[in-house]
Amino acid sequence: MADIYAYITHTAGVADDSALELVAAAKKIDANAAVTAIVIGSGADVDKVADAVAASYAKVLKFNLDALAYPNAEVVRKLLVNVLSADAIVLVSNDTFGMDLGPGLSIKLDSTFVADVVGIEGVDGTALKVIRQEYSGMVSTHVTADITNGAVINLRPGAFAPDESQSAGGSVEDRSGDAGDLTVKRTFLEVVEAEVGDVDITKSDVLVSVGRGIEDEENIEVAQELADAMGAVVSCSRPIVDAKWLEKSRQVGTSGQTVKPKVYLACGISGSFQHMGGIKGAPFIVAINKNVKAPIFQVADVGIEADILDFLPELTDAIKES
Amino acid sequence: MEILVCVKRVPDTAENEIEVNRDGSDIERDDLVYSVNEWDNYAVEEAILIRDKVGGSVTVITVGDDESEEVLRREMAMGADNGLLLCDDAFEGSDGKGVASLLKAAVDKGKYDLILTGAQADGGAAQVGGMLAAMLDYPYASLVNKIEVDGDTLKVGREIEGGNQEMNAIQLPCVLSIQTGINEPRYVGIRGIRKVASVEIPQQGAADLGVDAASVGADGARVKRLDYFVPEMGEGAEMLEGSTEEIVAKLIELLKAKGGLK
Ligand SMILES: Cc1cc2nc3c(=O)[nH]c(=O)nc-3n(C[C@@H](O)[C@H](O)[C@H](O)COP(=O)(O)OP(=O)(O)OC[C@H]3O[C@@H](n4cnc5c(N)ncnc54)[C@H](O)[C@@H]3O)c2cc1C
Ligand SMILES: Cc1cc2nc3c(=O)[nH]c(=O)nc-3n(C[C@H](O)[C@H](O)[C@H](O)COP(=O)(O)OP(=O)(O)OC[C@H]3O[C@@H](n4cnc5c(N)ncnc54)[C@H](O)[C@@H]3O)c2cc1C
Repeated sequence: MADIYAYITHTAGVADDSALELVAAAKKIDANAAVTAIVIGSGADVDKVADAVAASYAKVLKFNLDALAYPNAEVVRKLLVNVLSADAIVLVSNDTFGMDLGPGLSIKLDSTFVADVVGIEGVDGTALKVIRQEYSGMVSTHVTADITNGAVINLRPGAFAPDESQSAGGSVEDRSGDAGDLTVKRTFLEVVEAEVGDVDITKSDVLVSVGRGIEDEENIEVAQELADAMGAVVSCSRPIVDAKWLEKSRQVGTSGQTVKPKVYLACGISGSFQHMGGIKGAPFIVAINKNVKAPIFQVADVGIEADILDFLPELTDAIKES
Repeated sequence: MEILVCVKRVPDTAENEIEVNRDGSDIERDDLVYSVNEWDNYAVEEAILIRDKVGGSVTVITVGDDESEEVLRREMAMGADNGLLLCDDAFEGSDGKGVASLLKAAVDKGKYDLILTGAQADGGAAQVGGMLAAMLDYPYASLVNKIEVDGDTLKVGREIEGGNQEMNAIQLPCVLSIQTGINEPRYVGIRGIRKVASVEIPQQGAADLGVDAASVGADGARVKRLDYFVPEMGEGAEMLEGSTEEIVAKLIELLKAKGGLK
């Protein structure tokens, strides 16, 4: 079996949750794997992250260089090509960094790219068998990947239960000297923080959240009236923001706000993982959707098969009366 | 600026319920309504906006079958200048790498300063743009939600976690994958479609592109899809049944119990 590596994302000296998910996934590829973590960055933060993940990884390769202060995927890809062993299996979290890094890395390593994996069934000879989703999670597929020449595998954040055993007792190797030439044609400038809106959806205990099923800008009012009657706040999925019907600060999801309400009413929302990724704290989720097969019904506590344009006004009226 | 935009014809999930067919070999394709991948419309709109500002042309390209011509035509009705269809029996069953290598072959035959893809398509893989860039040895940025042209450099914003924007300078030629929300794609009316209805759209196959047919298509694929299925997902939601009044009454009770109503 080829060497398995995990790329560790980290911020402010703390490894991302995915660090423990990647090592768990590696064990599903090879139960006896001695998995190597790769930690890249600059300054004391990198040392801290490397030391911390050594508890979960057999080996940690550390690259601590000024040139890696804000390591964009172009730089990291170059570095990885310089240092990885042939036929390496590289695990990457499928976050916005991993999406930037993974596909191109597989080409540069002449290995196989396996996108957004949600489950790993194991290896049979040179074939790795995984589970993916298509059509925003409406259907799943079994996929085999030929890993003869190695693979870059992007793993969906949250799909693998973290390995919390902390029993690897790994060693940290400073390999900064091996990084090689890191000149690239893309340079990082700055991070512009998301705009703050006039309503803070993260502070509300009850959210009435609307998705593409609301169909028209004018219909947002139907949700607003329900929210007013409930003493709730209106939030939404991404397409509503893309259409400029509500401001960005109302968007729930990985590229929007992370909310922790007590009650979440998902109205005309299909339940994509990027949307659900923004809902934390196990709220009571009510899904109202006209398609009984919508993936949201798999994660909601209570489901109602209905047209929201009919149902929400009925609910509003009944609440007002009671 | 010469801009190439990669587009894919996909089942329209807003118009269809996607279901697994009887033997699990594919999704049920009878009566499916197809359209352009949502992300690709934003990419084409952005290309048109850039062309209108700095000059040049927009070419839309797809790897597909005869029916994929309709999505090229739609994007031309939006304002793209040229269409190019890569079509050959040998391309069927390509994996993401196969599609990217066909696009690369077409790029090598043309001259483009900027190549745009959508951030992801129906397969949710988000792979083709990054692969294409690496094959061409061009710089790449994914999930782009802002582009400013500055000579032979672009200033691009990438949408990262929490909706924050990572600003980068990137040298042309480059490949960018476009995130939704970067612009508001223009509406295409019947009139627009009619205008381009008789435009000839060139087609290229394996021989035209000079690609080895065995390296693409099902034979060349290192990633193979075995089946489609719908997973058993624990218990799922408790579905409220009955008349609307009954459902509303039950829901209000539940909301009260869970703190959703005062
Ligand atoms: C009958 C059939 C069989 C298939 N068999 C397999 C298989 O065995 N193994 C496998 O891995 N995949 C298979 N596929 C899927 C594969 O061909 C995908 O089309 C390919 O992986 C790229 O699409 P994506 O959704 O992954 O693209 P993504 O990388 O998610 O799309 C990102 C962007 O890339 C561009 N793009 C994507 N596809 C095209 C295209 N066709 N033309 C132009 N631009 C494009 C678009 O700009 C798009 O927005 C099959 C598909 C079909 C229809
Ligand atoms: C990098 C990246 C980041 C992303 N980040 C986010 C994010 O932060 N937040 C987010 O939400 N998305 C995000 N997305 C987009 C995500 O993938 C989905 O496209 C999106 O969540 C879908 O929104 P939706 O559920 O409203 O729409 P759809 O998936 O189109 O679902 C609409 C639902 O409404 C139902 N419906 C339609 N009409 C009615 C009606 N009249 N009554 C009842 N039901 C009806 C349909 O059955 C369907 O289930 C991201 C995508 C990418 C690639």
